[in-house]
Amino acid sequence: MKNKNHTRSATRSMQVGSAVKLAIVAASGAMLIACSEKPPQEQKPLVELKKDPFPSTYQPLPSEATVIKNVTLLDGIGGMIENGMLLMQDGDIKAVGQAIDVPQNAKVIDGKGKWLTPGIIDTHSHLGVYPTPEVHAHADGNEMTKPVTAEVWAEHGVWPQDAGFSSALAGGITALQILPGSANLVGGRTVTLKNVPHRSVQDMKFPGAPHGLKMACGENPKRVYGEKGGPATRMGNVAGYRQAWIDAQEYKKKWEDYREKHAKGEDVQAPKQDLKLDTLAGVLEGDIKVHMHCYRADEMMVMMDVMKEFDYQISSFHHAVEAYKIADELAQNNVCSSMWADWWGFKLEAYDGIQENVALVHQAKACAIVHSDSDLGIQRLNQEAAKVLGNAHRVGIDISRAEAWQWLSANPAKSMGIFEQTGSLEVGKDADLVLWSADPFSTYAQAEHVYIDGALVLDTNDPQNWPVSDFELDQPGEGER
Amino acid sequence: MSKFNKVAALVAGLFLSANVTADNIAITGATVHTFDDQGKVENGTVLIRDGKIESIIAGGEAPKGYNTIDARGKVVTPGLIVAKSALGLVEVGFSAGINDASTELKDAVALGTTLDAQYGVNMHSSLINITRIEGITTAATGIDYGDTLFQGQGAVISLGDKVAPIMKSKAFMSLNLTGTFVDSANGSRAATWPKLLRVLDEAVSLNGKPLRINQDWHGEFAKADLNALLPVVSGEMPLFLTANRASDIRQVIALKSRYKKLDLVLVHATEAWMVADALAKADIPVIVNPESNLPFDFGELGATLKNAARLAKAGVKVTVANVGKYGAESHNARLVTQLAGNAVANGMPWEDAMAGLTIHAAALFGIEDKVGSLAKGKQADVVVWSGDPLEVMNYAEMVIIKGEAISMESRQTKLRDRYMSLSQDKPHRYNQP
Repeated sequence: MKNKNHTRSATRSMQVGSAVKLAIVAASGAMLIACSEKPPQEQKPLVELKKDPFPSTYQPLPSEATVIKNVTLLDGIGGMIENGMLLMQDGDIKAVGQAIDVPQNAKVIDGKGKWLTPGIIDTHSHLGVYPTPEVHAHADGNEMTKPVTAEVWAEHGVWPQDAGFSSALAGGITALQILPGSANLVGGRTVTLKNVPHRSVQDMKFPGAPHGLKMACGENPKRVYGEKGGPATRMGNVAGYRQAWIDAQEYKKKWEDYREKHAKGEDVQAPKQDLKLDTLAGVLEGDIKVHMHCYRADEMMVMMDVMKEFDYQISSFHHAVEAYKIADELAQNNVCSSMWADWWGFKLEAYDGIQENVALVHQAKACAIVHSDSDLGIQRLNQEAAKVLGNAHRVGIDISRAEAWQWLSANPAKSMGIFEQTGSLEVGKDADLVLWSADPFSTYAQAEHVYIDGALVLDTNDPQNWPVSDFELDQPGEGER
Repeated sequence: MSKFNKVAALVAGLFLSANVTADNIAITGATVHTFDDQGKVENGTVLIRDGKIESIIAGGEAPKGYNTIDARGKVVTPGLIVAKSALGLVEVGFSAGINDASTELKDAVALGTTLDAQYGVNMHSSLINITRIEGITTAATGIDYGDTLFQGQGAVISLGDKVAPIMKSKAFMSLNLTGTFVDSANGSRAATWPKLLRVLDEAVSLNGKPLRINQDWHGEFAKADLNALLPVVSGEMPLFLTANRASDIRQVIALKSRYKKLDLVLVHATEAWMVADALAKADIPVIVNPESNLPFDFGELGATLKNAARLAKAGVKVTVANVGKYGAESHNARLVTQLAGNAVANGMPWEDAMAGLTIHAAALFGIEDKVGSLAKGKQADVVVWSGDPLEVMNYAEMVIIKGEAISMESRQTKLRDRYMSLSQDKPHRYNQP
C-alpha cells in the first residue's frame, strides 16, 4: 500500500526550498519553523511560519489491483469510451482505454450495462461543520462574531462522525471541500477532504490540497452585522473586503522586508504572527484559493474588480445564480462558478435563478461546476447535472454527457487545486471513481461501487460493509441510508 | 424573434401543429397513463372536448374537428398535483416584504385554526408559471409557519386559472407536531398533546353546532377557533399533521382511534416506515419527502431513503412532495418528479409513485372526481412529457389545464431567453424576450 501522505509531504517540503529545518516554539506560543543556512555570527535564525500545522494523516484503505471492463466510461474531461476498460493498482489509475493489459491476479469486474466515471467532487459542503443532527450544539460553521474571521479554519469545526459523509459517499462523492458559512465577509479557511470518514479530520484531509478561503457577498453579512456594528449595506461589505486586503498587503510586506533584511545578513526580529493576516496574505501569495459566495451578477463584477485591485485570483464564485448574465466576463477572468441546477427564490439575491444557468456558463466557455451546499443534494449531484442537461436540450443547447461530467469532477478539482491528483480518469491519477449501475444521468442509477485511491470504500450491494458513524449506533437509522 | 426563439419554435413545432387554444384537442400516439380503470394505454389517443376528457382510446386516427397533437414516442399523464406548498402565498421568503405563508399572531390564546390561506393567494406570483410549465396543474397551498398550535386552513388551487384559481377553499387544516415546532411553541410534548386533546374535546362537545356570537361560553378556548374546527372533528375537512418520530406517529394513530371521524393525513413522517403496518391499518395516507434520509433532529433518527417504498409495500397510500418539517419548498415544488423518481430508485413501484402525484393526491382533498386521472368527464388537465416524467432529464413539453394548452413561458424562461446571447448592440434591458 502506497503512503501518499508521505509522498505529498515531501513535495510540499521541497516547495519551501530550504535545506535544513527545525521547529522551534516562538515566544508568542505559535509553532514556527526556523531555517539556518550558515548564518553569520550574531544573526538570529530565519523564522518561517509553519504553513501546515495540522498535516494530513490520511491513509488510503487497502486495495487490490482491479480491472473494470465492458463499461461505458466518461473520463471527466470531455471524453467517452464505449466498451472501455480501466486498471487501478496501488491507488492509482494505471491504464484506461478500449483494450488494456490485464495483470495477473487482478480482480476483473464486468461493467456491462454500467457506467464508470471519476468520483464526484463537491466544492461546497458544510458536512461536519453543520452536521446532523442540526442542533445548536453542532453549529460550528459560522464564527459570527466579527465580519472578517480569516483566522478560523473549517477543519477545526469538522465533526467526522457526521452521518452525512457516508450518505454522500453512497452518492459517489470521493472528495469535498468543507467551508465555513457565509455570515462573514471573510469566513475562514476551507478544508478539502477525501471522503473516507475516519476518527479525526486530519485522517480525512486530502494530501497536498491547498487551503481555500471562504468569502461572502450580499445579503448574509449585511443581515448578520447590520445591527452588530456593520456592515449594514453592500457598500459596507465592499469597504470591509478592501480594508482587509490593505491590512494583508502591509503584513505581507512586513514579512518580505524581514526576509530581505535577513538575507542581507542583518540581525532582525521576525514580525509577530497574525493568524488572520496569515490567511489573507496566503491568498495574495497565491497559496490559498478564494471561494466566494456571491449570487448577483453585478456583485460578482464588483468582486472581480476588487480582485484586480489587490492582485489575487478568485477561484470560484459559489451559488452564482446570476452567472449566466456575465458568463463571458467570468470566462475572461478565469473564475469558476459553483452552481445549483435549479435552486432559486429563497431570498431576493436568488430571485433570478434559472434552470439553464450551468449550461449557459458552460456554453460561454467559462468554468462551470455543479455544487450542493446541502447534505441531501450532495447525495445526487449526478442528477443535478442531468437536470441541467435536460433543460439545456429543451432549448436546443447541445451538450454531451461526457462534457457535462466536467461539472462534477474536473472543474471542481481545478477550482480546489487538486486536479493534478484527481478529477479525471487519466493514467497516474488517484483512482477515485464510481461504477454506476446505469447511465448516471438517470434518476434510477445507483453508485454501485465507489473507489477512493483504488480502494472499494462503498459497495451498494454489500450493506454489511457500509460505513456507520458512531452517532448512528443503536439509533433507529443504524445501517440505513 | 431572437435566434433562440426561432430554435424553440422549431423544436416545439416538431410535435405541436398549431397554437392550441381550441376546445377540442386530440393527443395521438402517446403512451398514456390514465390512473383510472384503463390503466396504461399504448399508442393512445386522448380526446379533449369543452375542457373535459372525452375518451382515451387505443390506436386509431384522431377524429375530424380536433386539433391534433402528434405525441408519438411521448408519455402522457394527468396533470400532477402538489399536495403541500405555499404557492401563491410566498414570493421571496425573507427580507423581502410580506410572506403570506408565515404568520405571527402574537396571541397566546389563539389556536390558529381560523387562519385561512385562500385570502393570500396571488396567481401573478412568479412561482405559478414557473411551477406549472413543469407539469404541475393543481396545488394545495397553505401556511408554512406560525406561532400558533395550528397553521390554519389551506386551499387547493388550479394553476391554469389566474382569476378564480380556488378549486377548493378550506380544503385542509394544518397542525405541526414535530419536536422542532413543539419546542418553540410549548417546550414539551407533555404540554402540546394534552392541549390538543382539550381543544378537540371542546370542539367535539359542540355536536356540530357553531357557537354564536352572543352565546355564553365558558370553555377554555375561543369561540371562533372552536367553530373553525367543527368540520375537522366531523371529518369533512382533513387534518394534515406534520410529525416525524415514530412515537409521535403512534400518538397520531391513537388520536384517530379516540376521535374516529377525523380524516388524518400524515406529513413529512420521517420515521413512518417504523409504524407502516399500523398506518396502513388505520388507513392514514402519508405525504413524504423521500430524499430526506438524514437525522436532522432527534425525532428523525430513523431517516432513510426507503421510507416511501416501505410504506407503499405495507399498503399505505404515499404521496411525494417537496416538504420539510418547517413547511414546503414552494419555489421548487416542481421537483416532485425527481423526488418521486428517487422513491422509485429506492424500491417504490413506479405506478404507486405516480399515483401518489395524481389520483391519490386528489383523494387527499376530495377532488378525485374532478382531477387526478384521465377519465371521461374529468377536467382536462393533461401533460405531454418527453419521456418518463420521473427521469431527471425529461420534461413537460405541453401542459393542458382545463382543456387549454398553457403558455410555456415563465419569468425564468424570459430571463434565460434574454441572456441566451451575451453580445448585444444595446444593453440587455432593451431585449424583451
